[in-house]
Amino acid sequence: MIVGKQKPIDEIWESIKGYKKVLVFGCNTCVAVCHEGGNKEAEILASLLRMRATQEKTEMDIQSSGIERQCEHEFFEGAKKELEWADVVLSLACGVGVQFMVKIFPTMLVYPGLDTCFLGDVEKPGIFTESCQACGKCILGMTAGICPISRCAKRLLNGPCGGSSKGKCEINKELDCAWHLIVERLEALGRLDDYVEIVPLKDWSTERAGGPRKLIHEDV
Amino acid sequence: MNVKTPSKLEKTLAAGHLAVTSECGPPRGSNPEVIINKAEMIRKYVDAINITDNQTSVTRLCSLAACIRLKLIGIEAVLQMVTRDRNRIALQSDILGAASFDIHNILCLTGDHQSFGDCSQGQNVHDLDSVQLIQTVRHMRDNGKFIGGEEIERPPRMFVGAAANPFADPFKIRALRLAKKVKAGVEFIQTQCIYNLDRFEKWMEMARDLGLTEKVYILAGITPLKSAGMAKYMKNRVPGMDVPDEVVSRMAAASKEKQPEEGIQICLESIERLKTVPGVAGFHIMAIEWEEKVPEIVEKAGLYPRPEIS
Repeated sequence: MIVGKQKPIDEIWESIKGYKKVLVFGCNTCVAVCHEGGNKEAEILASLLRMRATQEKTEMDIQSSGIERQCEHEFFEGAKKELEWADVVLSLACGVGVQFMVKIFPTMLVYPGLDTCFLGDVEKPGIFTESCQACGKCILGMTAGICPISRCAKRLLNGPCGGSSKGKCEINKELDCAWHLIVERLEALGRLDDYVEIVPLKDWSTERAGGPRKLIHEDV
Repeated sequence: MNVKTPSKLEKTLAAGHLAVTSECGPPRGSNPEVIINKAEMIRKYVDAINITDNQTSVTRLCSLAACIRLKLIGIEAVLQMVTRDRNRIALQSDILGAASFDIHNILCLTGDHQSFGDCSQGQNVHDLDSVQLIQTVRHMRDNGKFIGGEEIERPPRMFVGAAANPFADPFKIRALRLAKKVKAGVEFIQTQCIYNLDRFEKWMEMARDLGLTEKVYILAGITPLKSAGMAKYMKNRVPGMDVPDEVVSRMAAASKEKQPEEGIQICLESIERLKTVPGVAGFHIMAIEWEEKVPEIVEKAGLYPRPEIS
């Protein structure tokens, strides 16, 4: 899923403070799971902003709403009216949702309320961990199911580097060394011999390096 | 004597001499005298001098330009090259640039993470990793071709090296990692600074068991400790460094004025012991901002004079 984090309230306030009618708009899938951008969080943020407006003695009408996903046409059908009511929409979706809304409503003013962080899993309740960078050519089959592109700070395809210590990464003692995990798992699978195989130069053209990507299903 | 390049370092090793290399860090400025002075101080005592490539991710005068400075005054250089800052276009281009000045040694490295340096908000590249860089230089040299497959006019003739850290984890794959670099085509290795000799010897034994010491020259990394403070810093703060407690307490036991001497003594004792380890082909002496001590270490370790190699 996509993991995001709400922007600091001061930054959000700066982006909306000049407007009269503000809609805080949640996205109730990925960013709801990480408790940052769902419809419930939209409601809470809207009341925080109303308090802020009172403190600043600014007259503003701040409402909240939301839909299941801000990255698909169908969910916008029922929300059109409230979106069009607003002078400005503060979207709590990831960057995909914000841009999708801009695409659908070319004249609507939309600000991001979240910083989109990464693609990750729910390691434990409240802990989200990056585990994919959508490189466009999955190598998990070669690395015992652990991704060194997203989980090694140097994206090493033939790691670990010389900075791996006691299973942790050189940049942060809290961070697991991905290659340490790969080696442990290869050993557990009885496949440590695979380690000596050199992973060849990667074709990065399927990644960000190749420019914006698109996937087309001719049959849909 | 079977050599593949005009490298003096390669010839020294192939002739069976214990090689001695050292390294100089370029300045944080553009004054060439800094690098020239450091190199002049040690030139008679070493076979080649590594020039570090923005070590610890702190921006400095570039490794290639500093290597050219050495070449112009007749000193054999080892071009350190990290994959952190360059994509495959820049790596190949810099290799050709070095080759155009007949720089005949390269050390292929990944590089410290940029978060340690003065540009912690910068991007890193890591288009290739160090293993793939080894493959790339060998491909350019031996096949005379670019990664893209086109012919290179006047290919580089470089003796290809890499680093190895026997002290990083997981220990069980540290010899296998060397095997991987050997498979990629590495010809010489300079190791991380050795303070834990027991662990280094164990690693060498694992390397010998895999037949690696027959295929690659291993230069043991030596860094003299200047003070007890430095020993503690290396132990606690430098990633992948293994400084045993005995070494720290031995340094701390000496008076402040005697600590540099004690550091040199430890380093000489290490060299003596390492000379007896089968597969050690020489020493890489990294006297960090203490280059003036290299002549003394080399002489006292019985590694002087250096062999004449044409």
